[in-house]
This record gives sequence, C-alpha cells and structure tokens, in this order.
Amino acid sequence: MSTVFEKALCKRIKETPPSKIRKFFDLVVSTPGVISLGVGEPDFTTPWHIREASFYSLEKGYTTYTSNKGLIELRRAISKYLTKFDLEYNPEDEVLVTIGVSEGVDLAMRALVEEGDEILVPDPSYVSYSPLIGLAGGKAVPLKTSGKDNFKLTPENLEAAITPKTKALILTFPNNPTGAILTKPELEKIAEIVIRHDLIVISDEIYAELTYDDVHTSIASLPGMWERTILLNGFSKAYAMTGWRIGYACGPETIISMMNRIHQYSILCAPVTGQLAAIEAIENGYKEMREMVISYNYRRNSMVSGFNRIGLDCGLPQGAFYAFPSIKSTGLSSDEFAEKLLVAEKVAVVPGTAFGEMGEGYIRCCYASALSDINESIKRMERFMQNLDKDTQKVSNQ
Amino acid sequence: MKDLKSCVLELLEQNSRLPIEEMACLLNASMEDVAAIIDELENSRTILKYATIIDWEKTATEKTNALIELTVAPEREFGFDKIAERIYGFSEVKSLYLMSGSYDLAVFVEAENFKDISLFVAEKLAPLNAVKGTKTHFIMRKYKEQGVPYKSEDTVKRLVVTP
Repeated sequence: MSTVFEKALCKRIKETPPSKIRKFFDLVVSTPGVISLGVGEPDFTTPWHIREASFYSLEKGYTTYTSNKGLIELRRAISKYLTKFDLEYNPEDEVLVTIGVSEGVDLAMRALVEEGDEILVPDPSYVSYSPLIGLAGGKAVPLKTSGKDNFKLTPENLEAAITPKTKALILTFPNNPTGAILTKPELEKIAEIVIRHDLIVISDEIYAELTYDDVHTSIASLPGMWERTILLNGFSKAYAMTGWRIGYACGPETIISMMNRIHQYSILCAPVTGQLAAIEAIENGYKEMREMVISYNYRRNSMVSGFNRIGLDCGLPQGAFYAFPSIKSTGLSSDEFAEKLLVAEKVAVVPGTAFGEMGEGYIRCCYASALSDINESIKRMERFMQNLDKDTQKVSNQ
Repeated sequence: MKDLKSCVLELLEQNSRLPIEEMACLLNASMEDVAAIIDELENSRTILKYATIIDWEKTATEKTNALIELTVAPEREFGFDKIAERIYGFSEVKSLYLMSGSYDLAVFVEAENFKDISLFVAEKLAPLNAVKGTKTHFIMRKYKEQGVPYKSEDTVKRLVVTP
C-alpha cells in the first residue's frame, strides 16, 4: 500500500469498478477439478496454417514496427473481406488495425466522448464498454434488453433512452453473453431512430461469423449508416486467435484518423507477427473457420436442449458461443446460483449480472467446450437442481 | 449449414460410437430421422464399416506396414480395375489406390514383420503377369492416421473464466 499513490490516483480510475468476472475467476481457480463453462474464447487452437505463417514471418525477420494503421496488405485484405457484408472501406485511410476490439472501443470512446456525453449500451453486454465510456469522461446509459424479447434491442427501448445528451449507441450483436442477434429488418428500425436523432453507432461485430441460422447484417451497410458508424471486428473469435490480439476499426476517414492519432501515441502499432498471421487467416482461413462454426452449432444444440430438459429455460442463441439460460425457477440470484453450483458440483458458469443488471436471473455458459464437459456439466447441474428442490421442500416442511 | 445427411456422416467420421440420441441432440433433429439416414447410408454402402484407429505400438501386437509402388499393365476393356481387384483381395492389403504420376497403384500392406511383407511382395505381388515393377517402402514411424495425430493433444491453455 502506497499512500503516495493513493493520493495521486485519478478519481476516474478509482471510481471504475473492477470486473465482476475477475472476482469470480479468483473463486474458480481456488477450486480444484472444476469444469468451466465460464470461458469467453474458442476451445480450438489457432489453425496450424496460421501459426505456421507466423513462424515463417519470424524466420524471415519480420520483427519491426509497422505503419501505425497496420500493414497495408492486412488493411487491404480486411477491406476485401468486408465486401461480403456489403461494406466498402478504403484500406488507405478507412481501416485501422488495433489490439483486439477492446482497443477499438477505447479509441472510439476517447475520440468521441466529451465530459457528460451519454453513450447507450445494451444491457446485458460485454464487460468493457461501460468502464471505457466512464474513463473517457462519458456516462454509460444501459439499454435494457430482456429475455421476453430474446434479448434483442427494441426500437421502443432505444427511443425511450435517448436524451439531448446522447451522442452514440454501442451495438453488440451477436451478443456476448446472450447470443442474441439483430436481423436486417430489426437493424433497419434501429437505424431509422439513430439517423433521426443524429447519433453515432459503434458496432462491435466480433461474433459476426458465429451467426447460425441467419446471415449477419452489419448496420453500417444500411442506407445512411456508413457515414455514422464505427465498425469494430477482429480475428479472436472466428479464427480462434484470442491471444494474438488483432482487431480492426473501420469508418469514415474523419473518425479513423482521430482514432489513429490516439493509437499512434499509446500503442504505435499492433504486433507485426500477429498482423502477418491475420493476413493468412483472412486470406486462407475460411475452411477451418467454417468447421469451427459447425462444431459450435452442434454443441449449441446439445447444451440448449440439455438445459431445457433439466428445467432451466433457455432459448436457442442465434450467435456467438454462449447459452444464457434462466435460473429464475430456482429462486436464487445469479450470483448465488453460480457460487452454490461451483461449491456443490464444481461447475463454473458466469453470473448474468457480470454483464449488467438485466443479466439477473440468468447465467452465461460457453458451449465452446468439449462435448463431454458439456454433458457432464448438465448432469451435475441436474443433480444440483434436484438437491435444491429437496432443500426447498425441507424448509417448507419445517 | 449443411444438409442433415452430410452432418450425420461428418459426425460419424469423427466418432462412429456416437449414440443416435446424442447425434439427434447435436443436430437438433429427431432420433427417428437420424436413424433412418444411417440405415440408408449403410444400405447404400456409403458407410462401408465402423472402424477404429489404434496405436498398435502401445500393445504387444507386432505390426509392420509398407507402401508398395506398383507399375502395372492395364487390361484392354477393364483398365486397371481387374488387376486392382486381384490385388486388394489379399488380406495383407489394407488400402489400394490408383495413382497419377510415376507409378500406377499404391498398395498399403500390413503384416507381422518385415520378412512377411518381403515374402508377400516376392511371392504374391511381383509374380502377377500385369505387374511390371515394384518398389517397397517400409513405414518407419506413424505420426498421423486419418486426421488423428498419434501424439496426444496439448493440454488446455485457456483460463477458466474470461469475459
């Protein structure tokens, strides 16, 4: 403990709460023999040809800085790839290679937010948006989504949350933790409101390729949206490259150049080895990527039917690799359920509240897990539920 | 996504012991539909056999494998099929492929030891009229079989809880 630093620390960081996932992580690691459905990354290792490309790049001595914006070859490949979503970005000045999507969110917030600006964030959603908005001086305003709407963002809720201070909307579909997606007609309704209120959209589409029964639509491809959207995506989820930390931001030159201004001072450039591996992934990784998606799809079906069979109501998630079953029938809170399950049956799931208030009554379970682990977890959870019932009966009989 | 039949085949190719109930669950299909597809695939000999990949080196059983390159004279009207049928009839022949390139047939054989394979080549394959030449390559070590590496996969490196 340093009292000097205690006095010196800035108020903003002191007021930023630590991630709830971190606290839960500490609890899980201290419990031996746990089956964890609490992960947020693929269970595949990066496909070999991508790893091999990185070995080759090191052999050839590619160990230097790159352009701040990233290798032009990678930016060109990203630009070409995005045409499949009807998006056109000039690789010269409308694409920026970042350290994962997380850096993209940070850059977007720092480039856009003035003190007191309100940024709308779907609730529940990934843990980093609200803290990064706060650190940039803005105010994160939760946009409630609920199980009865399959956790989709509704035009009514969006319209109701907009105030004169609202500057931007963060869109996070397919969604972590709910697996919800927004279809093209649903996005068109959101776009109409966004344009009418002259808002900016930051669209995190990191799970775009992990869309199962529909085709992913990017809001930036809708009329009038390209010019007001920052598109964020990356290689982590689709190509099983989480540890490489390569993402990208695309948008009009006006915003990308300002995001690059921050990036060039704070990061300089994304690591060259990761960028070269990303080129291999985007140019030659489609087959492996589709095989992984098919495998997630199988396991999605298995996990969801398992939850429904044991009495945990769970809709079929349309994207990402998370099931988000309701645990309301148990009468426990999300935190209680996750902690009791961990202690009683050594199964780790993430309480829905780690992703926002609207996650109460739900748990996030990652189906990018071995099928044997999924089946065993469901068995253990069934036993956990049966024992809960017995306990409840005991209490009511007393 | 792929059609149900292709999905069933891919799942069985990965694990032929996968119970129908579990397969139906993975594919979000009924058990009856999956069972009917499997019946159809077996009857049409699309599924030839349910086999197992075994690392025999971990057992007391002796096995030696070789790849034999054969150059053969094709027969009028039948091409390579007749000679191929004569060759794959031998129980030592585990796989047989017609190849492009510098030889015609690739014969993968398995026997107890080197001597058995040498005798097989000398006494069974080489004397066949259509066989013009043989080159025998003994397999020294197997690293990967039908997509499965012999070495066990690395341990999981993921953290137990991540956002």
